[in-house]
Amino acid sequence: MLGDRGQSGGIRPWTGFVALSVAVAALFLCPVAVSAQEEVEAVEQDTLLLVAAPTGLSAIDTPNDRGSSINVTWELSSDDNGDGIVAGYEVFRSAHPETGFAFVGRVPFGVTEYRDSSVDNRAPTYYRVAALGADESPFFSGTFGPVEASIQWFNRSRLNALVAVIIFVVSILYFVNAAKSGKKLFIRRLAGLDEMDNAVGRATEMGKPILFISGLSSVSDVATIAAINILGEVAKKTAEYNTKLIVPCADPIVMAVEQEVVKEAYAKAGRPDAYNEDDVFYLTRSQFAYVAGVNGIMVRQRPATILYMGMFYAESLVLAETGSSIGAIQIAGTDAVTQLPFFITSCDYTLIGEELYAASAYLSREPILLGGLKGQDMFKLITVVFLVVGVIAATLTATGVIESNFMLAVFATG
Amino acid sequence: MRRQFPLALCFIAGLFMAVQYFIPHPTVQDMYERLLIWLQTLLAFAFLLGTVSLVRVHYHKIRHRADDRGYSLVTLLALCLMIGLGFFHSAHHAQGSPFDRMFQNVQVPIEATMFSLLAFYVASAAFRAFRARTLESTLLLVAACIVMLGRVPIGDMIHSSIPVATRWILEVPNLAAKRGIMIGVGLGMMATSLKIILGIERAWMGGGD
Repeated sequence: MLGDRGQSGGIRPWTGFVALSVAVAALFLCPVAVSAQEEVEAVEQDTLLLVAAPTGLSAIDTPNDRGSSINVTWELSSDDNGDGIVAGYEVFRSAHPETGFAFVGRVPFGVTEYRDSSVDNRAPTYYRVAALGADESPFFSGTFGPVEASIQWFNRSRLNALVAVIIFVVSILYFVNAAKSGKKLFIRRLAGLDEMDNAVGRATEMGKPILFISGLSSVSDVATIAAINILGEVAKKTAEYNTKLIVPCADPIVMAVEQEVVKEAYAKAGRPDAYNEDDVFYLTRSQFAYVAGVNGIMVRQRPATILYMGMFYAESLVLAETGSSIGAIQIAGTDAVTQLPFFITSCDYTLIGEELYAASAYLSREPILLGGLKGQDMFKLITVVFLVVGVIAATLTATGVIESNFMLAVFATG
Repeated sequence: MRRQFPLALCFIAGLFMAVQYFIPHPTVQDMYERLLIWLQTLLAFAFLLGTVSLVRVHYHKIRHRADDRGYSLVTLLALCLMIGLGFFHSAHHAQGSPFDRMFQNVQVPIEATMFSLLAFYVASAAFRAFRARTLESTLLLVAACIVMLGRVPIGDMIHSSIPVATRWILEVPNLAAKRGIMIGVGLGMMATSLKIILGIERAWMGGGD
């Protein structure tokens, strides 16, 4: 056993000598190796610290803004490859080209612009940009300037929108004047609005009320204003037929306006005595509490006709299905695209999108309002023409037939 | 004067709101921001109007012994209770306060219950919409089946083209229709606003001339 151990696991005399020689050599060589490594690291560190400064510095007054702002741009440092050699860029500003540069902002590596939004208007300003090394030491570009921030009176990037608005206004005014001068204007039939008279008549015959719901939005929503316009026309009819009109409101301002509208409509129909202020009332601003309240009115008072006009959200289906369950005639009108399928499913008639806005003119048949509708249609035609030309131009650009899409300027706004 | 003053006010305010979109000058933009703050202030005061209306309507119902006066009584009691808790517990916004507990444990579950009813109503509405009586409703039924299958894993398991068809339905005909409606809505909004600003549309004043 011992002999075995001596051959396989023991240290032979010559092996011990080699090991000792290596250890001694290592003791002498080690300091040399360490000092060489430190030298390489130091050289590498020096290389890291030297970063190329950004070039191509430029600064301009931010276009179409309210002043106090300058856009600074530059080209990336040649060392900015996203590998951490450049940590970012710092922007400095001064009123003098040589001295007094103060830090104004910092952006990460790979970014070539900065908006300085704290500049004095009409004051000559100079800029410098520094690329930051890994240890945050700055490497400055040259100075750019002077540049001045100024206030603009007109947002030129919205010129196309202004031209469109002017065309739209001219189009509407032209047709309104045409209507005033007695020109006959054709308006296509809207089944939902044609049915309005029958719906009011049905409620009168059944001796049941009409429920008018003008959505959950506020008076600043155009859809709500359109709903209020329709309410005025409906109120005239209910006043003539002496039918009860119930208007639960989700917004106190809308309630105040609707009270006035219904009151005026009753007065105009020669029935001011029939107006009851308690029939146009505030329910709640809370979405599903409103639903609970309105559903309660539906189930208890069983209106013969329910009108949903305005802006609706998730409550639309709950309301319309409850109305359907009590057998009421339901006419809806909304510009909420996501709620339209629910109303189309559950209501007898639905005014889709823009038909809601046409309803007031359609119901009143006033020539001036109809003229407005025609003007709107004319502008829509112009828009469709522009869209078709835009699609063709985009297709030709994408396929390389033409170099640049000349329609982009028409559609893009700032 | 009763008619002209609101019309003039509406014209000036409407015109200013339209013009400010094109003018970035701080004078105009600051005025615009101030007007928005006024709107918020007005809204806060308007809630007082709403509360007065609510109390008056339900008080009249109780006073005239209407059939559903029980609900009115509950409404008024709940209103008084919440106002009382809000006023007499200064830290009414704090978590765990009586006001907060009433809101979290009564109002929130009741609203959630109402919202959950939507699931059942969607089912009943879908049942009605998907009855294939006409060509349109048949198309709707087919499209709905494809979209529903394409949105769940089993659709892909049945056939790999179902999710592709779903995407196409949603991104081509559906999106085109939506955009068409939205363009019409945008123009309708502009036309309505313009008619109101110019005093052509006066129904919001009760249809008076």
